[in-house]
Amino acid sequence: MKGKHAHPLLPNSDESFVSAMLKKVGAASVDELFSDVPPGLRFRGKLRIPEASPEYFLRRELLTKLSANRTPPATLCFLGGGVWPHYIPAAVDSITSRQEFYTSYTPYQPEISQGMLQALFEFQSLMCDLLGMQACNSSLYDWASAAGEAVRMAGRVTGRKKALVGANVGPGRRKVIETYAEPMGIKTETIGYDTTEGTLDPADLRRKLTDEVACVYFENPNYFGVVEEGAEELTKAVHSRGGLAVVGVDPISLSLVREPGAYGSDIVVGEGQPLGIPMNYGGPHLGLFGVNDIKLARSMPGRLIGLTTAAADPAQKAFAMVLQSREQHIRREAATSNVCTNQSLMALAAASYLSLLGKNGFRTLGETVISNAHFAAERLAKVKGVKSPHFEGHFFKEFVVSYARARSRSVFKRMAKAGVLAGYPLERESGIGAEAGLYCVTEVHTKDDIERLAGALEAAL
Amino acid sequence: MPGFRQARWNEPLLNEMSRPGRVGTSVAADPYIKGKFRNPASLVPPAMRRKDIPLPELSELQVLRHFNRLSQMNYSVELGMYPLGSCTMKYNPKVSEAIAATDYMRQAHPLQPEETVQGILSVFYELQQFLCEVTGMSSFSLSTAAGAQGEFAGVLIMRKFHGVHGARQRDEILVPDSAHGTNPASAAMAGFKVVKVPSDSSGQVRASAVEELTSDRTAGMMFTVPNTLGLFESEVAEVCRAVHDAGGLMYYDGANMNAMLGRARPGDMGFDVVHLNLHKTFATPHGGGGPGAGPVGVTKSLSEYLPVPVVSRGKQGYSLDYGLKRSIGPLKGFVGNSAVLLRAYAYIRLLGGSGLTDVSSLAVLAANYLWKSLDQDAFPASHGRELRRKHEAVVSVKSELPGSAMTVAKAILDYGMHSPTVYFPLIVREALMIEPTESEPLEMLDEYAAALNSVYKSVTEGKTEFPNNTSVGRVDEVKASHPMTLKVRW
Repeated sequence: MKGKHAHPLLPNSDESFVSAMLKKVGAASVDELFSDVPPGLRFRGKLRIPEASPEYFLRRELLTKLSANRTPPATLCFLGGGVWPHYIPAAVDSITSRQEFYTSYTPYQPEISQGMLQALFEFQSLMCDLLGMQACNSSLYDWASAAGEAVRMAGRVTGRKKALVGANVGPGRRKVIETYAEPMGIKTETIGYDTTEGTLDPADLRRKLTDEVACVYFENPNYFGVVEEGAEELTKAVHSRGGLAVVGVDPISLSLVREPGAYGSDIVVGEGQPLGIPMNYGGPHLGLFGVNDIKLARSMPGRLIGLTTAAADPAQKAFAMVLQSREQHIRREAATSNVCTNQSLMALAAASYLSLLGKNGFRTLGETVISNAHFAAERLAKVKGVKSPHFEGHFFKEFVVSYARARSRSVFKRMAKAGVLAGYPLERESGIGAEAGLYCVTEVHTKDDIERLAGALEAAL
Repeated sequence: MPGFRQARWNEPLLNEMSRPGRVGTSVAADPYIKGKFRNPASLVPPAMRRKDIPLPELSELQVLRHFNRLSQMNYSVELGMYPLGSCTMKYNPKVSEAIAATDYMRQAHPLQPEETVQGILSVFYELQQFLCEVTGMSSFSLSTAAGAQGEFAGVLIMRKFHGVHGARQRDEILVPDSAHGTNPASAAMAGFKVVKVPSDSSGQVRASAVEELTSDRTAGMMFTVPNTLGLFESEVAEVCRAVHDAGGLMYYDGANMNAMLGRARPGDMGFDVVHLNLHKTFATPHGGGGPGAGPVGVTKSLSEYLPVPVVSRGKQGYSLDYGLKRSIGPLKGFVGNSAVLLRAYAYIRLLGGSGLTDVSSLAVLAANYLWKSLDQDAFPASHGRELRRKHEAVVSVKSELPGSAMTVAKAILDYGMHSPTVYFPLIVREALMIEPTESEPLEMLDEYAAALNSVYKSVTEGKTEFPNNTSVGRVDEVKASHPMTLKVRW
């Protein structure tokens, strides 16, 4: 450590501090503090990492590097599939960047962490209302891992070893569910969908439903953007064989589409990203998780915040983490999940977002999104050689467009080159039997944007 | 006497403040399109239409005041010392925030064609290399969202490896009794039986104890070095050898890597799989509980098992590789916690190779300094009084009074300082686990030690009525543990 310059992140690096501290510790050198590392294990080389960069150069270099990314506003983004472009009100970022929230951690000491605890409690309450659930946790990593946890939980609760998963569920999420479920001995089987409507095939579900089935997982709207009109029929069928209905949602759709709790869903998962969280090339996002029966709360994964009072003053409301005996730090190998660090900051963003939009703003948002999406689907239908929307089922903000003669992958790439990100290719993963792409339209898109999209598609075919 | 007073606002809940007719933001809507759709809700089939959305109605200022007031009732690293052991609550540089705030990052969609996101992919590629260098591993996947998910990936790699090699009977994972709770929880999630390895009286795991527990059912061992007592495991190489000899794999829990940068590398110790908590060691904000990032690294022979995607580099530039032959699969929907990864990368570059080594040197120096500044009779070391600490120190609170560690923890809050981690590791009675990190100036370490020493005096006098200066007094956590309190009722 000898001869070190002061560094903004290292307040004690100056020799004067180091020697004062060593004196107290009773060591002759910093190296001596590492003398318990056996000599053969000591790293004697130099880390092959560039030397320290001053803040300005680093900022300049990284912003230059990142500017190679093609993103809005210069580029138009019509991609969805589980991460969606939505506008984030400036007030949301103002709240989430409050350092009192931002640089705190899990509220292990509730007395000095009431702010985050109340915010997370309010997030849970907002989610219960939005999803129609009885209890929601304070976040999991993302939609896919929440779906994986939900299938595992269904296995725990029912003691059964099979999960049925819709073939019109996001293919990425299907794979994550398998990664989570397989080690528990849960086998997943696919339920087919109606290739005209895009909705799940109830007959195929009934064929595959047995007393071995722990749960059925479907999404609403599904990966193709289509609303599962028969959702209630599906959940009833699952319940008739003693299984649980697990539903995955885009929370924005719940501005107009019925909440899953109202049609018999036992567990709801979803992606909270559109609730005020940037797309950020994949994360951090927000895994939503709720249950419709308060008794199931004890089997839930993740942190839960509860309302209580001060011990000495029953009139003073207070918040604390609750039902911790489910969790890894208490229950170890018998815990309901290994989750520790979660996505609390994103839950705070979602709570801020929903408070800002409120009852009326949220409904207006839904109306705008569904209008824009339908306007776009109709506009694309006028492009020669495309079928838009490909499916006949009702849709919310995403829809599939199929191409008569073009390859979906080349259409995708050509449009991107023209500055329009749209039409994520579907053919390989979803077996729809046509060259097709997924399109997502939200409130961020204008008529002109949609015209530019139509032009780009026409040119790319 | 402490002069700290945390704000107390008696802030109502959102629904209590709501009044019909208010809204907190305006929603964009293209007027032309709006004019074309008179009744957009009718586009949803009747059976699936939402009837009511019970959300609050507030103005923008009301919402801001609400959350700003809440923020004032929340303690954080930028307010004061936060030495939660095992959590590495270091300072998170602001320039990382400035960089991550660019629309080139925030508005990048994870399904964009790779040629349109070369900027961020090049950063990830380099970050993978940096993490390999720091750990001595051969390849890294950045996809896992937090430490616990990294652990889950790590044990799944072991499971798959043994499956591929016809050793499915290997269904046991060894975990020391001092390990974080996530270790046994992750092993159990991956379908393993957990075999507990006892630590000896000096707080370390002996290779002989490990040998006794290994068999042809051993899939591997999860090992935290330095351990949760803050001690370097002096027989780590022998432990690795014993597990390897039994046919098992070694997993390095990188939660405590802040002690080891540039000093020792798990790869050189004999580990096969490593996870790192970037939010800890590599200084990304903890966000009130998250987000984090928990990348997983492996030796060359395990590179095909990593969770997908990994970032690779070819003639066409950088790309996301989903094609690893034996991958355990994906654990997250998209790429990784990318914005956290970007901040961790920025942190590494701000410090550079030798700066990272200084980080660990100074973190270890701070932990030993703070430990030695404590009243040694009041706070005796749990184990190995003569041993050097690494990034943290664990002490017992010497007292006949049950719950004395909790009393100390609550009393220190009154000084405007966060408590250490309490009652962990489980093998230490009345445990305080103190991790100051390299971020705290020497004077702050002195203040913290003085506060703890003086708190101890109050505790031995039988005082338990703490805290008094926080926004609420002692919280009734028993009453809270009823599931009916999990949400507001309208």
